[in-house]
Amino acid sequence: MSDNLSTLLDALPRLGEGVVVTLQLTLGGAALALVLALLLGLGSRTRSLWVRGPSRVVVEFFRGTSLVVQLFWLFYVLPVFGFRMESLACGILALGLNYGAYGAEVVRGSINAVPTGQWEAATALDLGPVHRLRRVILPQAWALMIPMFTNLLIQLLKGSALATYILLHDVNYFIEQLRRSTQDTFFSYSVGLLVYFALAYALTLVMNALEVRAKNRLGTGPSLREVLRLAPVPATARGGAA
Amino acid sequence: MPETTAHPDAAPPDAVPDARPAATSEPGTVPAIEFQGVVKRFGDNTVLDGLDFTVAKGDRVTLIGPSGSGKTTILRLLMTLEEADGGIILVDGDPYTHEMRGGKRVAVPEKRRRTVRRRVGMVFQQFNLFPNMSVLENIVEAPMHVLGLSRKQATVRAEELLDQVGLADKRDARCTQLSGGQQQRVAIARALAMDPEILLLDEVTSALDPEIVADVLGVLREVAETTDITMLIVTHEMQFARDVSNRVLMFDHGRIVEEADPETMFTAPTHERTQEFLRAVLG
Amino acid sequence: MNDVWSWERAAEALPPILEGFRITLLATVIGTVVAAVLGLLVALVRRSRSRWVTAPVGLVVEFVRSTPLLVQLVFVYLMLPGVPALVVGCAVLGVHYATYMSEVYRAGIDAVPRGQWEAAKALDLPRTRVWRAVVLPQAVRKTLPGLGNYAISMFKETPFLFAISVVEMFTAAQQFGARNFVYTEALTMVGLLFLLASYPTSLLVRRLENRLA
Repeated sequence: MSDNLSTLLDALPRLGEGVVVTLQLTLGGAALALVLALLLGLGSRTRSLWVRGPSRVVVEFFRGTSLVVQLFWLFYVLPVFGFRMESLACGILALGLNYGAYGAEVVRGSINAVPTGQWEAATALDLGPVHRLRRVILPQAWALMIPMFTNLLIQLLKGSALATYILLHDVNYFIEQLRRSTQDTFFSYSVGLLVYFALAYALTLVMNALEVRAKNRLGTGPSLREVLRLAPVPATARGGAA
Repeated sequence: MPETTAHPDAAPPDAVPDARPAATSEPGTVPAIEFQGVVKRFGDNTVLDGLDFTVAKGDRVTLIGPSGSGKTTILRLLMTLEEADGGIILVDGDPYTHEMRGGKRVAVPEKRRRTVRRRVGMVFQQFNLFPNMSVLENIVEAPMHVLGLSRKQATVRAEELLDQVGLADKRDARCTQLSGGQQQRVAIARALAMDPEILLLDEVTSALDPEIVADVLGVLREVAETTDITMLIVTHEMQFARDVSNRVLMFDHGRIVEEADPETMFTAPTHERTQEFLRAVLG
Repeated sequence: MNDVWSWERAAEALPPILEGFRITLLATVIGTVVAAVLGLLVALVRRSRSRWVTAPVGLVVEFVRSTPLLVQLVFVYLMLPGVPALVVGCAVLGVHYATYMSEVYRAGIDAVPRGQWEAAKALDLPRTRVWRAVVLPQAVRKTLPGLGNYAISMFKETPFLFAISVVEMFTAAQQFGARNFVYTEALTMVGLLFLLASYPTSLLVRRLENRLA
């Protein structure tokens, strides 16, 4: 065991690099997913069929085709059409597209959940539609979106492990490296899973803090300072990802 | 007060000339509100079936009647929260959501609707304050971004109004920290900040504890006394209706069953339906 | 057009892909059954009053839920060299999704109105009867859409089995692509197959959800 530990300690710099790559994929993918989720989610709600139709098609397309297929399609097939993309970009694009589509449903549902009275009050004050969305509806919908976004973010983190198969040196890649140097499968994989668990926990804490802040802004919750203990968000009951 | 777009004595080019004089306006002045044959259906239910009525500038009209009689629908139509299925609504003589063009009823484009909508304000039963903004921010939001006032101008106006409704010390509070009555008073200030010509009050005290109702009604009485805003009120508070209105309209099944001044209406109604209703409500 | 897409190649790729589809379905069905049963067990265990039980179980569930299925698959596969890959695949899929399902069951059980429990108590029904005859039937109605949605999710995650050499639909396409040096037709068709299978199914689940709501 002490052999294993010393090997691990020696390998820490490479673990660090692996974590960086995983985080690049996760956070990059999440950023892209958020932008797409907002665009597609808002697009699914417009009155114009020209915008609503394609939005819904894109959403169902990226939800319905598997993440693995999307990733390898971008990696193997896109170059045939003349687009050469480096692995990291491929990974971020696949993760962003896939989870952006799931995110779009979250955005749509959350906006619908904002009470009708808010829309009506905005109309009564003659606020324009963009202004109303920006200043009244989205700030309130955001608080509703965060728990579901947290679940998607963790799934995105888990999905990033695929990147090792498109030649990226992420945490998953590190696990194999460690296994080769220690010849101990159980040890290396346990370490790897623990690293992923720690990353998931850290991300959940950040999202929880965001949720506390968002609710505080709406006056429906305590401020971050007032919250003493942060517990991870429970999973949604309805099979959130499908 | 914002300028009306039509000269009071000239007939607006597209509107059908006003055939029925309003109760208190002089012939020739443009009514603040005019409904011409307005029809509104919800699914199979026809709530308003060819309603005609007018409201003169400065009128304080209370609409009474059983639920489902169409009173709230009228308010919601005036705030474009619903769209009429037939007929024309005019505000200050300008067509609001639909107009007659070459004999056909066509929709008015959103841009023009907005200029008319700006003259109308509404206070809701459920207050509907924006929870992500403070009290002050709620009140300055529309004046700044819709009327184009600077932050300074809007803030000064907001603080005056907060003073008027008795909540000057709550300017930075979060709306959820306020009681129902306080929230409603903020909602009134928010509506008044837009300097509306017409104020719609939709059962504004129905969601409040009885003890708080008096405060809010007091604020509204003051508004009625110190301004000449045209007011359309749907309420169960009959005493308030008597104090503030100059006309009371009794609605039933989407039609005006009776109309009178408050004194007559509440002490000696002539129509049987009105008598029935008032007996049930006033006891 | 021939540079980019070849209908001949597509036709050639289809049989192995469809062979793989059978494995995909098999893995999904077995995995879902394992997840449904194990998930229920976990949900019931987590209702225990004893923290000595709920704390460790809770921790394990969180751990499995928050770590990548992909890594878990390879881990178990490497640790159990004698076990066939498909068995490992179904088992790990089942355990991983059981953690999601336990939450669905928890919500479904919590949604059964208190009055039901109280009425059962008033009738002095034994605990097993209360569960079997009163609570679970009502709870399960609420969990069916969740179960359906997670089954569809699992279906779309079966491609992870490529990492442990199970030749399901995606691996079949990948192998075809590697053999012929062109992945375009195979991968595109697999993607579309996933869409064709999962989209109508998800509509059905949504309909089911509306019916049961």
